[in-house]
Amino acid sequence: MAENDGNGEDGVRRRDFINIAAVSFAGVGGIAVVLPLVSQMSPSADVLAESSTEVDTSKIEAGQGITAVYRKQPLFVRRLTKKEIDEANAVDISTLRDPETLEQRTKPGHTDMLITMGVCTHLGCVPLGIQSDQNRGPFGGYFCPCHGSAYDTAARIRKGPAPKNLQVPDYVFTSDTVVSVG
Amino acid sequence: MSFPWAREYQPTNGLMKFLDEKLPLPRLVYGAIGAGYPVPRNLSYMWNFGVLAGFCLVLQIVTGVVLAMHYAPNALVAFGTTEHIMRDVNWGWLMRYAHANGASFFFIVVYLHIFRGFFYSSYKAPREMIWLLGVVIFLLMMATAFMGYVLPWGQMSFWGAKVITGLFSAIPVVGEPIQVWLLGGFAPDDAALNRFFSLHFLLPFVIAGVVILHIWALHIPGSSNPTGVEIKDESDTVPFHPYYTAKDGFGLGVFLIAYCVMVFFLPNYLGHPDNYIEANPLATPAHIVPEWYFWPFYAILRSFTVDFFFVPAKLMGVLAMFSAILMWFFLPWLDRSPVRSGHYRPLFRKFFWFGLIPTMAVLFYCGGAPAIEPYVMLSQLATAYYFLHFLVVLPLVSSFEKPEPLPFSITESVLGSDKPALSGE
Amino acid sequence: MIRLFGISIGLVFAVAVLWAFANGVVSVAPVVSQYGSFTEPTAETVFHRHPKELHLQSDGPLGTWDYAQLQRGYQVYKEVCSACHSMKFLAFRDLEQLGYSPAQVKAEAATWQVPGVNPDTGEADMRPGTPIDSFPSPYPNKIAAAAANNNAVPPDLSLITKARHGGASYVYSLLTGFQPQPAALLKEFPDAKTPPGLHYNPYFANLNLAMAPPLTAEGQVAYGPGNPKPTINQMATDVAAFLTWTAEPKLQKRHQTGWPVLGFLLLATILAYLAKQQIWAAIKPKKTAATGSSDA
Repeated sequence: MAENDGNGEDGVRRRDFINIAAVSFAGVGGIAVVLPLVSQMSPSADVLAESSTEVDTSKIEAGQGITAVYRKQPLFVRRLTKKEIDEANAVDISTLRDPETLEQRTKPGHTDMLITMGVCTHLGCVPLGIQSDQNRGPFGGYFCPCHGSAYDTAARIRKGPAPKNLQVPDYVFTSDTVVSVG
Repeated sequence: MSFPWAREYQPTNGLMKFLDEKLPLPRLVYGAIGAGYPVPRNLSYMWNFGVLAGFCLVLQIVTGVVLAMHYAPNALVAFGTTEHIMRDVNWGWLMRYAHANGASFFFIVVYLHIFRGFFYSSYKAPREMIWLLGVVIFLLMMATAFMGYVLPWGQMSFWGAKVITGLFSAIPVVGEPIQVWLLGGFAPDDAALNRFFSLHFLLPFVIAGVVILHIWALHIPGSSNPTGVEIKDESDTVPFHPYYTAKDGFGLGVFLIAYCVMVFFLPNYLGHPDNYIEANPLATPAHIVPEWYFWPFYAILRSFTVDFFFVPAKLMGVLAMFSAILMWFFLPWLDRSPVRSGHYRPLFRKFFWFGLIPTMAVLFYCGGAPAIEPYVMLSQLATAYYFLHFLVVLPLVSSFEKPEPLPFSITESVLGSDKPALSGE
Repeated sequence: MIRLFGISIGLVFAVAVLWAFANGVVSVAPVVSQYGSFTEPTAETVFHRHPKELHLQSDGPLGTWDYAQLQRGYQVYKEVCSACHSMKFLAFRDLEQLGYSPAQVKAEAATWQVPGVNPDTGEADMRPGTPIDSFPSPYPNKIAAAAANNNAVPPDLSLITKARHGGASYVYSLLTGFQPQPAALLKEFPDAKTPPGLHYNPYFANLNLAMAPPLTAEGQVAYGPGNPKPTINQMATDVAAFLTWTAEPKLQKRHQTGWPVLGFLLLATILAYLAKQQIWAAIKPKKTAATGSSDA
C-alpha cells in the first residue's frame, strides 16, 4: 500500500512502525487474555486445600488393609505379614520393571506399613487385593482386573501392562500410628 | 459485495489458493469485513457500535462458557457455586465480573446502536430486513440477559424470575397455566433454574446466528451513512479494511478502557446488593428492580396503574411493555419521510432531541426508582410520549416537515465538492 | 394503512396511561397539599439515616488490605458476632490470606467445633475444625436460628458488606448506632414506639432491629499488645473492615490487576488512534501536509 507514497522513506517507516506497534499491542493483549482462560481450568483453591489426609493405622491387623481417600482417589494402607515382607525382600530387584526395594517404599521403622495409591499405573483402575478375600493375583499383592496387571506384596508391578509400581504418595508418621498424607 | 467496484479476493499464496478453491472462507471474510467491502467514507463514530456489539457477544460467550464450567444450576448450590467462582476458582472473580459487566456493556453498546438507527432512520428501505433482524437480536438479548440474571440465585434473581414470569399471568384464562408451565412449578425452583441455565447457554448461539443474518442483510444494500444519501460511485466509499478496521480498533480500545474501569474498580456498581443475599422464597426484598437495561420497559409496565375500560391495569401494562419493543418492527412502514438522516429533518430532529431522548432518560430513571410518587406519574407522562413518538409523531411529522436540502452525494458532503477524492484513482 | 393502525394503537396507549396519570394526580393532590411531599411521611422516611462515613484502607481504586486490622476484625467476629451469625462461604484455610501461617490456621481451626460424623457409630457429632472446613453456623438449622432469636434469623455475614447499601459503612453505623428512641419521633409518630424485644437504630431501614447492641463496652474484645485500644468505635471499624474482606477477598488482587491492564489499554488505544489517523490521512479532505498519503 505504500508504493505510491510521495514522502520518502521516513514517512513510510514511521507509519509502518505505528501500525506494527498497534497490531502487536492487540496481539499481546489477546495472548494475555488467554492466560486466565487457561488457568481457570486448573484445580481451584478448595480442591488444592483438600489434598491432605490423615489416616489412623492402629486398627489394621497384619495381612489386612483399609482404603482411605487421598485427593479423591483410593489410598491403600496395608499392614504386611512377616511372610509377605520376606516374599518382597526375596525378589532380585534387578529383574523388576520398576526397581525399588520394600525399604524404599516404606518408612524406617514401619516397613510393615505399605501405603500406596490404589490406582493402577496402567490406566487408572482400582486394583483388587486390599481386602484379604479379594483376588490378589499371582504375586500376592494387588491385581488389576481391567487389564491384568499383577503387583507383588510391595505393590511393585510384576506382570501385565502397567509401567510402574503403585505410586507411594508423600506422607509422614505424625505419631506411632497416625499418618499424614500429602 | 453489491458494488461493481468492490475488490475481488486474490489469494496470495498456495495455501490460501487451496482454501479459496475448496472452502472460500478467506474470500467470505474479505468481502464481509475486509478490503472487499466498500463502505461510505463519511461514517461517524456512531457507526462503531455494530462491531462493538459483535465483540460483546464474543466476550459474553467466552466468559459464559468458562463460568458454566464451575457453576451448578441447582437451587441448593447455585448461590454457593457462584461464590465458589468468586473465591476459589483461579481468576474466577475476573470471569464473573467480566461476564456480569459485559452484559451491561453489551446493552450500552446495543442501545447506542439502536438509537443511532432511530436518528438516521437506518430502518428505512432498502434496509428493512437489517432492522427487523436487529429487533429480533434485541429481544433475544433481553431473554438471555433475564435468564442469566436468575442463575446466581440471589434475592433479585429469584424475585425477578417470579415477577417476569408473572407477566404472563396477565393473559386472560391461559395466563396462569402458562406461568406454571414456564417455571415448571408454582414458584421458581430447580426446574426453572435448570431450564433457564440451559436456555441461557443456548440463546447466545442463536443470537450469533441471527447476527450473521443481520450482517448478511447489511451487505446487500451496504452500510447507511450520516447523510442518508445512497452511495453513487466509488469515490463515495472506502474499503472496510484498513479504514474501518483501524477506526473500529480505536473504538474498541476506548470501549475496553471504560469496561475495564468497571470490571476492576466498580464491579458491583451496576448490580444490586440484594442479589448477594441468597434466594428466599418467603421474603420479597423491600424494593425490587430488574437490571438497569430493563428499566425503561419496567417503567412502562408500572405506568398502567388503573383499569382502562374492560382491560385490567395488569394486562394493559404487560401489553404496553411488549408493544414498546414490538412496535419497532413496524418502524420502516410508519415513518414515510423520504429523507433518512435526522440532520436534514428539522422537525423530526426536534422531536428526537427534545422528545424521545428526555423521555428515555425519564423512563430509565423512574424504572430504577421505587414504585412511589412522583416517579410513577413521571413515568406515566414519559410513557405517553414514548408511544406517541413512535406511533403518532413519526407517521405524521413527514407530512408537515420541509426537509433541508440534501448534499448531492456522500463525497460532496465530505469534500464540499463532488470530485473524486482518492488521489491515486 | 399501517400508519392509521399505528396511530390508533399509539393513541389508545397514550390515553390509557394519561388516564392513569390523571387518577394519580387526583390521589396525590391531597397528600401533597397536606404534607408538601408526594408521600405521607412515616417514622422510617423521617428518621432513617444514611450510614456514617467510614474510611478503610481498602477503599478506592488503590485500596489494599490492612492485615493487622483484618486480624483484629476476625477476633471481634469470633468472640462476638459468631455467637449468632454464620459465615458459611469462608473456610478456615482462607485465614491464611490474613497473614496467619498454615500451622496457626490449623490451630485456630481446631478451636472451633464443626459438625461431623462419629467414625465408630456414624452418628452426627461435633469435632474440632480443620483448615478445609467452612466456618460453622451457630445453629443447626434455620428454624433453630429463628426460634433462638425472636423469629429473626441472623443473616450470614460472608457477604454482608456487598449485600447492603452502604457496605462497610452500613455495618459500622449499625454497630455504633444503637440509641434510645428520640422523643421527637414518639411525639410525631406515637404509634412507632419500638416494640418490646426490638432495639432502636436509625441506620436500620425500618428503625427497629431484633439484634441487641453487640458491642457494649470498651475492652469487650481483648486485643493483643501493639494494637489500638479496643473502643467500641475501634471494634466496629475493625469488624467492618474484616467483613469487607470476607465479602470480597480478591479485592486487593483485583485492584492490583486492574492498573496494569488499564495502563496497557491506554497505550494500545493511543497507538490505535495514531494508526487510524495515519491510515485515514490519505483521504482526509483537510490539507494536512507532511503526513503520508496512502492509496489503500
